[in-house]
Amino acid sequence: MNPAEAAAAEQSKGTLRVVQLYPRDMNIYGDWGNALVLQRRIAWHGYTPELLEYNVGDPFPENVDIIVGGGGQDSGQLVIQDDLQARAGVLTDLAENGTPMLLICGLYQLFGRFFKTRTGAVIPGIGVLDVETHGGDERLIGNVKVATSEFGEVLGYENHSGQTTLGSGVRPLGTTAKGTGNNSNDGHEGARYRNIVASYLHGSLLPKNPAIADFLIRTAAERRFGSFTPGTPDDSFAVLAREHAARRPR
Amino acid sequence: MPLLGYIQNMVFFSVPLGKLVRRVSRLRGGGSALPGLVVEKIDPGFMRRTLTKLPHGVAVVSGTNGKTTTTKMVVELLESQGLKVFTNRTGSNFTRGVAAALLGEVDWRGKLDADVAVLELDEAHAVHFVNSVPPRYCLLLNVLRDQLDRFGEIDKTAQLLQHIAANTTGTVVLNREDPRVARIADTLTGQEVKYFGLDESLLGTFPNDDDLRAAPGSPAPANLPEKPRADVVLRKVGADSAEFEYDGGTVTTAMKLRGVYNIFNAAAALTLARSICGAGAATADHETLLQALSQVAPAFGRGESLTVEGQPLDLVLVKNPSGFRLGLKSFPAAGYATMIAINDNYADGRDMSWLWDVEFDSLRDGGVDVLTGSRAYDMALRLQYDDVRVGAVEPEIAPALAAFIREGQGKPKRIFCTYTAMLAIRRELSKITTVEVVS
Repeated sequence: MNPAEAAAAEQSKGTLRVVQLYPRDMNIYGDWGNALVLQRRIAWHGYTPELLEYNVGDPFPENVDIIVGGGGQDSGQLVIQDDLQARAGVLTDLAENGTPMLLICGLYQLFGRFFKTRTGAVIPGIGVLDVETHGGDERLIGNVKVATSEFGEVLGYENHSGQTTLGSGVRPLGTTAKGTGNNSNDGHEGARYRNIVASYLHGSLLPKNPAIADFLIRTAAERRFGSFTPGTPDDSFAVLAREHAARRPR
Repeated sequence: MPLLGYIQNMVFFSVPLGKLVRRVSRLRGGGSALPGLVVEKIDPGFMRRTLTKLPHGVAVVSGTNGKTTTTKMVVELLESQGLKVFTNRTGSNFTRGVAAALLGEVDWRGKLDADVAVLELDEAHAVHFVNSVPPRYCLLLNVLRDQLDRFGEIDKTAQLLQHIAANTTGTVVLNREDPRVARIADTLTGQEVKYFGLDESLLGTFPNDDDLRAAPGSPAPANLPEKPRADVVLRKVGADSAEFEYDGGTVTTAMKLRGVYNIFNAAAALTLARSICGAGAATADHETLLQALSQVAPAFGRGESLTVEGQPLDLVLVKNPSGFRLGLKSFPAAGYATMIAINDNYADGRDMSWLWDVEFDSLRDGGVDVLTGSRAYDMALRLQYDDVRVGAVEPEIAPALAAFIREGQGKPKRIFCTYTAMLAIRRELSKITTVEVVS
């Protein structure tokens, strides 16, 4: 630790531990950006970030404050499938206890009940989220705008062929104003359950949607320390990037 | 049989008609694909008939990164051996573009005066092309995350390349160091397979996509159990030279090309050129081959250097995370004014996620002077999260470029740009310096 870091640690409001799920096999379309944004914003809010990776076969970290998981290709999903089932217990406990989680695309699907492929094969999920996904013929690709009550307008980019339907145990993240979202019929995108935010959106999601990042951080800080005192991140580039992105074609 | 006669007449006239459309669309200053479309519609057999008659057949170059420069190298290497080469120089790497380029070269009866065709083809279009014109050779460079919003997933892109290899009748040249490409060999039965490769000492400079976020020491997934012998190996890269190993010896040659990834593609081009020459009457003369290799200049926008107000201005095309990372590594920032131009038009890919798979630490010391393009603010946001200082942000390319040249007076300059941003920058630059404008 250099003197500046030591001073920062001295004044830190405390350490928050972020665990990235399966970054080796489930990290596509810049999902790393979500982990980076959490890491930086935790520091900008005056806390000390600790970013850990969890890959297939690793011991599962203790004292997890935030979980972030990304999308993958079909091959990546096959690689993690058994390990994810073996970790279903600990992940379910964390979710039910209110640990904030961000689950994008592939891990959104696998935290659901199952994924049924077009050929009829059923890949079991871990059932944390009351959702099911069916492989579709059409690939849903393009810019997405979602109206949400919690986070305002959410902007991102979707690229999936899975059609996800929500059960009664979860609510959608929001309503799509541009793009498809969960499936071709319902006009909504993503899922909310306890402190989990699940979404199909890449982009990466968090950089242009700092409200979601700050929700995860605030929730984590309140759970760990009983309260959250925010810092003052400079979001002027995020505001302008949102303005320009919102005007781009599908 | 009036109908048959009608069709035969159409086929008979397809070449002159296509050439005419080509002339007219040239006069209009328009794109290159329309005349190809006309011929394709009325005479679908035109390309196959014309290309399969060539003495050395057709060689297809495909993969994510480096197609244009590699194709240019293969062409110049073969020409150094006295072969007449037909190629799709306009960068129109779609089937229709090939047909259009062909129309420019054939005589009015449809005969092409060439020994071999070397064609750069986009992965998805190459699949259609090889279905109608099975190539004798193919060279498959790499599979990286490029415009996944167009092709879907990286494994699917590998399948497209596999299809090209399976439809090749003679020799398949593969990148030994890209597991997705090298593993294509397992699926082939009749073809001869040759590899180009890297010395161990250079492997670290070519992280592949699977290594992007892998924890230190974790194994790259599904590498080949044992590396096959490569026909040509790139052993060392110097400031303006490179060392290659082939036929059991090593040889050092001067290089005009810059950027380690361009030079690795020189190993690819050498392997393919050696195959094509070896298959004919004369085997390659290595002295003239290396002489030609040392003279190859980069294709437009691929590390090309222009002169603006007495200072060098480098254009570095960036299309995907690995290309951007290699670009940053190959062209160090120190001493340079830097501009980044990010567009999100269809040809660039609409998804900005890829910017988050590139690390920009190497720009931290000097910062970035100007950001431009339709997604300039996405880039600004990305740099903010890597603690890189940002000067001006101006989404409009023309004023941004003018400001960059004005503010950077007396300094060498470098612009990292996506494809359509590069075209726009070249158009602007052509007003103040000599630059090849490609439409």
